[in-house]
Amino acid sequence: MSIPLKVALIGNPNTGKTSLFNTLTGLKQKVGNYPGITVEKKTGTCKLSDSVTANIIDLPGTYSLNASSEDESIAVKVLSEKENAYYPDVVIVVAEVENLKRNLLLFTQVKDLGLPIVLAINMQDIMRAKGITIDVTALEQELNTKIVVLSAKKNTGIAQLKEAILNYKDISLVPCAIELNSILREANLNEKQKQHKDTVKRYQFIKSKLDRHYTIEITRAEGFRAKLDEVITHKVFGYIIFFTILFSIFQALFSWSEYPMELIDSTFAFLSDWTKNNLPEGVFTRLLSEGIIPGIGGVVIFIPQIAFLFLFLSILEESGYMSRVVFLMDKIMRKFGLSGKSVVPLISGTACAIPAIMAARNIENWKERLITILVTPFTTCAARLPVYAIIISLVIPKGNSFLGMSNHALVLMSLYMLGFGAAILSAYILNKVLKIHSKSYFVIEMPNYKMPLFKNVFYNVLDKTKAFVLGAGKIILAVSILLWVLASYGPGADFDNAEELIKTEFTNLEGEELDTKIASYKLEHSYIGTFGKFIEPSIKPLGYDWKIGIALITSFAAREVFIGTLATIYSVGSDDEATLMEKMKKEVHSDTMKPVFDFPTGISLLLFYAFAMQCMSTVAIVKKETNGWKWPMIQMFGMTIFAYLVALVSYQVFN
Amino acid sequence: MQTLDTLRKGDKAIITSFIVDDIPLKLIEMGCIEGSFVELIQKAPLKDPLYLNVNGTYLAIRKETASQILVEKV
Repeated sequence: MSIPLKVALIGNPNTGKTSLFNTLTGLKQKVGNYPGITVEKKTGTCKLSDSVTANIIDLPGTYSLNASSEDESIAVKVLSEKENAYYPDVVIVVAEVENLKRNLLLFTQVKDLGLPIVLAINMQDIMRAKGITIDVTALEQELNTKIVVLSAKKNTGIAQLKEAILNYKDISLVPCAIELNSILREANLNEKQKQHKDTVKRYQFIKSKLDRHYTIEITRAEGFRAKLDEVITHKVFGYIIFFTILFSIFQALFSWSEYPMELIDSTFAFLSDWTKNNLPEGVFTRLLSEGIIPGIGGVVIFIPQIAFLFLFLSILEESGYMSRVVFLMDKIMRKFGLSGKSVVPLISGTACAIPAIMAARNIENWKERLITILVTPFTTCAARLPVYAIIISLVIPKGNSFLGMSNHALVLMSLYMLGFGAAILSAYILNKVLKIHSKSYFVIEMPNYKMPLFKNVFYNVLDKTKAFVLGAGKIILAVSILLWVLASYGPGADFDNAEELIKTEFTNLEGEELDTKIASYKLEHSYIGTFGKFIEPSIKPLGYDWKIGIALITSFAAREVFIGTLATIYSVGSDDEATLMEKMKKEVHSDTMKPVFDFPTGISLLLFYAFAMQCMSTVAIVKKETNGWKWPMIQMFGMTIFAYLVALVSYQVFN
Repeated sequence: MQTLDTLRKGDKAIITSFIVDDIPLKLIEMGCIEGSFVELIQKAPLKDPLYLNVNGTYLAIRKETASQILVEKV
């Protein structure tokens, strides 16, 4: 077996580059990040022949190598630094057949780096319908490179592409003969003016090469797009369609994930119990059944919702619809200091604020982008859902109230509205307060409408879900173990002598009742109990006891840790099989014997979770995206203080 | 000679000039350069942004940017 070939895949957005990557690598792909930055790195392997494999890196979609964004800088680095670990033996430039002229701009820039290039012209399947003809052989000579016409969708031309990669040594390394040096010598031009001149020269070159060998019948190309756009961007129907789609997505999200979530919940309760009863007793078994298993359960329970949300988002994106939404919403969003492009982060924020904040990168205007980053964490992310779900079922009575909608669904929907409302309102205020002037840049490609490809949607959902579960999972698992340790050991004699103390104080108790009493006494005097008691005075006015206090603190690792923490706290030392909800229902204040999770406390908790910034990963990503601690700190304290006040007022009113 | 934002739906024109520093680089890279063909496909419901075909690429830009681009109707 020879050393694998290193292949880089590059191309404009919407050219089917990702489809091609999925076709070539299939399940043998990995998603990660480039060291130090948050640009997504996709790599995979592909068998080219019996003896040769290729390691393929999928570079971010970009229109040029002008290095005006982080994505472009990465592409430039990989393609020009010979010592770079991903420096390729051969580059595949993916171009779309309908838009060849524009796609070739990137081609000429890569070609000038002196690398062998296979130009993959994608979407062969639409050529006939759009009246496109290409003289491949002539164009190969003009551009001095190897060309393969293929369809990533229909899987045609893939064998030829592999063969072209294998024979990369035959490809000319001569750069495009464009006279660019004169531009560089013009000292009075700024960087952008140089890039403009460079681009103009390259387009002239492309035109001279392409004109004779590429024809397109414009009229045939446009019928379908025009008709669909009439409806989708219509001043009335456009908005009706958008909000109907949005509403259906949320509806489906809840009803579809309800059963898998219940199943996961009870499975983990069973697993934890089984471990406890069947493994030899000891510290390890307790750590497993009381710390690790409930902790993992707290992550796994998200999978259905996250996966469904990414499914819908990637269908909207793949089909070309999302660009139309951006187009429709831009003017409205601008009134709140946002951009049409903020729609994508705000919708993605309902899955997770981290990819959502990264998606704000597409916003050209810095002020609009900053405001989007600052308000996105208000949208109800999936991590809040389990917290909402459990508290709603505890404190809101069942039954139907409104248009056949159940009380539970209605409250949940109100919480979503509240999140969006808070986001929009704070954007409006920030827009008035922030004195940042930047140009109102806004460019969005309006791609052709396409039937989403199953494989693209599938891999997208798989990658995103995996990244979320592994990313959040590590934190949650670590926190669960730490919590268990802090809850199982205590600082003073009170903890160590709990058994004797209780036995002498409550001589009439025995059996299970005695055990429970000892367990809760131990928890109260453990490290974590001591800490919870310490902060109790500050959260008492919100209606929370020290156990909820612990969960609030650990929630700063990630919101869903709230559930895991309560699961850990309540199962520590107790033996019954009850699921978490039953345990929470039974929980009473030790002094008044009233239930802890009553209506005022529940509402107060819901509101606190709706507004507070409780996610270290989000703080970290905001720091990265805004290059400093200023904005994430303002955001964290602003949101959390606001949440505290709202929860305080609501508890005092309802109580 | 008029600015791009004054075109009406369905109008076709040729880009004659613009001040480079007032235009996003991405727009230039997408083919918005002097001599390129441009067609106003549609205006968004609130008359802004504008949906254009520039040199074969379909894209949308804001009125503010469009008002910086001079065109000649054909």
